[in-house]
Amino acid sequence: MTEATMAVTTAQAPAAPAARRLLIASARWRWWEFAVWIAAFAAIVLLPRQLLLLNEIAILALFALSLDLILGYAGIVSLGHAAFFGLGAYAAGLIAKFGYGDPLLGLLGAAGCAAVLGFATSFLLLRGSDLTRLMVTLGIALMLQELANRESWLTGGADGLQGVTMAPVLGRFDFDIFGRTAYVYSLCVLLVLFLLARRVVHSPFGLSLRAVKLNPLRARAVGISVNVRLVAIYTMSAAYAGVAGALSAQTTQYVSLDVFDFIRSADVMLVLVLGGVGYLYGGILGALIFKAMQDYLSSVTAQYWQFWIGLVLVILVLVGRDRIGALFSRITVPFSRGARS
Amino acid sequence: MVTILFDGIAYGMLLFILACGLSVTLGLMNFVNLAHGAFALAGGYITANLMNRLGVSFFLCLPIAFLFSAAIGVLLERTLYHRLYDRSHLDQVLFTIGIVFMTVSAVDYVMGSGAQMINIPDALRGRVEFLGGSIGVYRLFIIIICGLLTILLQLGLVRTRFGSRLRAAVDDPRVARGLGINVNLVFAVTFAIGSGLAGLGGALGAEVLGMDPTFPVKFMIYFLIVVTVGGASSVTGAFFASLILGIADVAGKYYVPKAGAFIIYAIMVLVLIWRPQGLFARSATR
Amino acid sequence: MTTALETRNLVKRFGGLVATNDVTISFQQGMRYALIGPNGAGKTTLVNLLTGVLRPTSGSVMLEGQDITGMSPFQRVRSGLARTFQINQLFPEMTPLETVGLAVSERQGHGREWWRLAGSKSEVIDEAAAILERFGLTDAMGVPTKVLPYGKQRLLEIAVAIACRPRVLLLDEPAAGVPEEERHEILDIVSGLPNDVTVLLIEHDMDLVFSFAQRIAVLVNGGLFMEGAAKDVAADPRVREVYLGEGGHG
Ligand SMILES: Nc1ncnc2c1ncn2[C@@H]1O[C@H](COP(=O)(O)OP(=O)(O)OP(=O)(O)O)[C@@H](O)[C@H]1O
Ligand SMILES: [Mg+2]
Repeated sequence: MTEATMAVTTAQAPAAPAARRLLIASARWRWWEFAVWIAAFAAIVLLPRQLLLLNEIAILALFALSLDLILGYAGIVSLGHAAFFGLGAYAAGLIAKFGYGDPLLGLLGAAGCAAVLGFATSFLLLRGSDLTRLMVTLGIALMLQELANRESWLTGGADGLQGVTMAPVLGRFDFDIFGRTAYVYSLCVLLVLFLLARRVVHSPFGLSLRAVKLNPLRARAVGISVNVRLVAIYTMSAAYAGVAGALSAQTTQYVSLDVFDFIRSADVMLVLVLGGVGYLYGGILGALIFKAMQDYLSSVTAQYWQFWIGLVLVILVLVGRDRIGALFSRITVPFSRGARS
Repeated sequence: MVTILFDGIAYGMLLFILACGLSVTLGLMNFVNLAHGAFALAGGYITANLMNRLGVSFFLCLPIAFLFSAAIGVLLERTLYHRLYDRSHLDQVLFTIGIVFMTVSAVDYVMGSGAQMINIPDALRGRVEFLGGSIGVYRLFIIIICGLLTILLQLGLVRTRFGSRLRAAVDDPRVARGLGINVNLVFAVTFAIGSGLAGLGGALGAEVLGMDPTFPVKFMIYFLIVVTVGGASSVTGAFFASLILGIADVAGKYYVPKAGAFIIYAIMVLVLIWRPQGLFARSATR
Repeated sequence: MTTALETRNLVKRFGGLVATNDVTISFQQGMRYALIGPNGAGKTTLVNLLTGVLRPTSGSVMLEGQDITGMSPFQRVRSGLARTFQINQLFPEMTPLETVGLAVSERQGHGREWWRLAGSKSEVIDEAAAILERFGLTDAMGVPTKVLPYGKQRLLEIAVAIACRPRVLLLDEPAAGVPEEERHEILDIVSGLPNDVTVLLIEHDMDLVFSFAQRIAVLVNGGLFMEGAAKDVAADPRVREVYLGEGGHG
């Protein structure tokens, strides 16, 4: 590079310290984030009767978090995210069934399998429109479901995978019928993966993903290899979904074909949209609302609770997701303003 | 062999009638409507109920099913759907999934979760020999009806003023408005016809496909395959895609019963990778 | 004198329309070029072909002697070819600081680092801050791009391209649509670009073209009508006829 262009960089720009503060500020922890996690852990002692439900919430939150990585940060609309959840569930279930009952090993195996599938299928999403992406993701989930149904010698087919027995977590904590170990285990996994995701979205890589989502044309024109970035985040998201599936298989000790259902893919999208897309906590908030709603509604109307879920979706879209999001950020932002200006 | 081919064609034709409305709204108007199967559901259920409770003739039920679903379609389009034409695909997906969920639960609640039985008239029962195979008369009936409708539809789109207005409206709604075309009306009528045909398909297909509350979910993927594989640019593409899908599905279930659906999905994914615009799309300029 | 960028028999067809018609042209390193031509002449299309946004129907593009016809846009940027867009292509929800910082960090090769926080590398921050200062965007660097006035967005559009530190820079009507009183800011920036950078400026304002360009290329109906020293092109009666006369801009 020549003198003239270099001159721009070597001088310390007076605005640099302010710029650094601005950039770092967006990644700073807000007070309510601490509150969320403290509440989640406090629930272990405060809500001892709800631990099974809380475990489901934690798993669903992780699943929705994985969808947020691609939908909220890369703009990929998927109708088949259950493919990775399901694969993770079967992988973890089978690993345990064939004698390796250690939960963490199962998680790793599930994450690995799902990541491989995510990596392989991500290339199918690089070309084509939203619609093709919808169809391809949906098609892959349905293919896996058919496959699991057909290979019943391995998966148990329509009867589901039975005989999954888990060893104690870390060799010490046995799974109990109240779901205490299950919830603590799932919550810890969620926290670790959340922290990792939080790091990633605030990294230069995360910034480039946002750019790709907002304007792929310009993203390319600043030298971003859009495809590589999309493959990377899709693979990561798949691994996360696989871990969520694994948690579900391990804590319920059962896997059925409906892990691949279209309904499951649709539900997780709803969960994420309920909680808000693109700020990482949407999955957690959405899972909380969704499960609470499901729990309440199914106690009132048993099998028809889906009607109300559908209604919520319709209203959500008609009112406008961004408007609801704005309402929410009005509640949370004033307390973090100080860090910004 | 002939029987399978024939059944496949009948099935494919049925799929086309069911999905052609979607091929216009999704393919041409670029509106992702995952709830299209709900209109077929409406057609199937009104037919079953009219026949079983009031003893209305099957032949009379067919036009009623068309009108009933068309009416529902227009109602939904005018009140809700038209607000979503220029929203993001994600919003359209969410909204129409919501509609599917509501429909499935509501129908389940009101009508029960069992399948609806339609007793087709005696005139359409039985089989005939044809080219060494035996063919169900009802299948033949389906082929004839759907074939006629296909021809009508194609003529309507290509030959009539309505067809050219629709194409103009889809191409660029603002320009079309400028030309004095009532775009809202054109869209509403299109939507009504598409929903009506789906309703008719539901009535015709209840016997063949089975009609229970989960119909919109079960067949959603098939409708979407027809539209995406067929390519957005033409109804003819959707027609051929339907036929291929119908024949492949019937043959697959017969010859490789265990792998049937898997193969269909695999082929769809492959086609979409190979030609994201669909099999029969005019090759896009880039 | 070395050739920075050149095309050979470049053709682009959209269906029946020939938007770029057999264009062979070369740009020498460090020179200031203007590309002029009536509306619809194919100027933007040519830039799209040079930067890889569009694939040519036939013909080739060479950057510093290397054939880049098959290269994807991002690779061309990394090889030193940057551009601005006629219609702003920015990240509406991102701030100018993030936008410029992104471009700088990508250029420095930090784009795939997922383990660091964005904003923790001082090379990136310093350079981004310096560029923002030069473009008078420091005051606005923390607000979302979409709320910036149009003139500022236009400046940012150029700033992002500069942040890629190109050796060849293509500017597609950088001052288009900017109110008169803000134009000079943009024009000052354009004329103050480092001397060793080859610049191709598309512009309809003839005063600006003549004050800026050493050489001028004229595009008409997709074809290269003529290319030469600015004063020769200005004096050419045929150019006056096809462009200056009927365009009415000058
Ligand atoms: N993607 C495309 N598809 C079809 N035609 C196109 C496309 N892009 C440009 N054209 C056509 O190519 C011709 C050249 O357009 P281009 O935008 O390159 O002109 P221009 O010289 O930049 O004009 P202006 O001064 O208005 O910016 C025009 O007739 C335009 O309609
Ligand atoms: Mg132009």
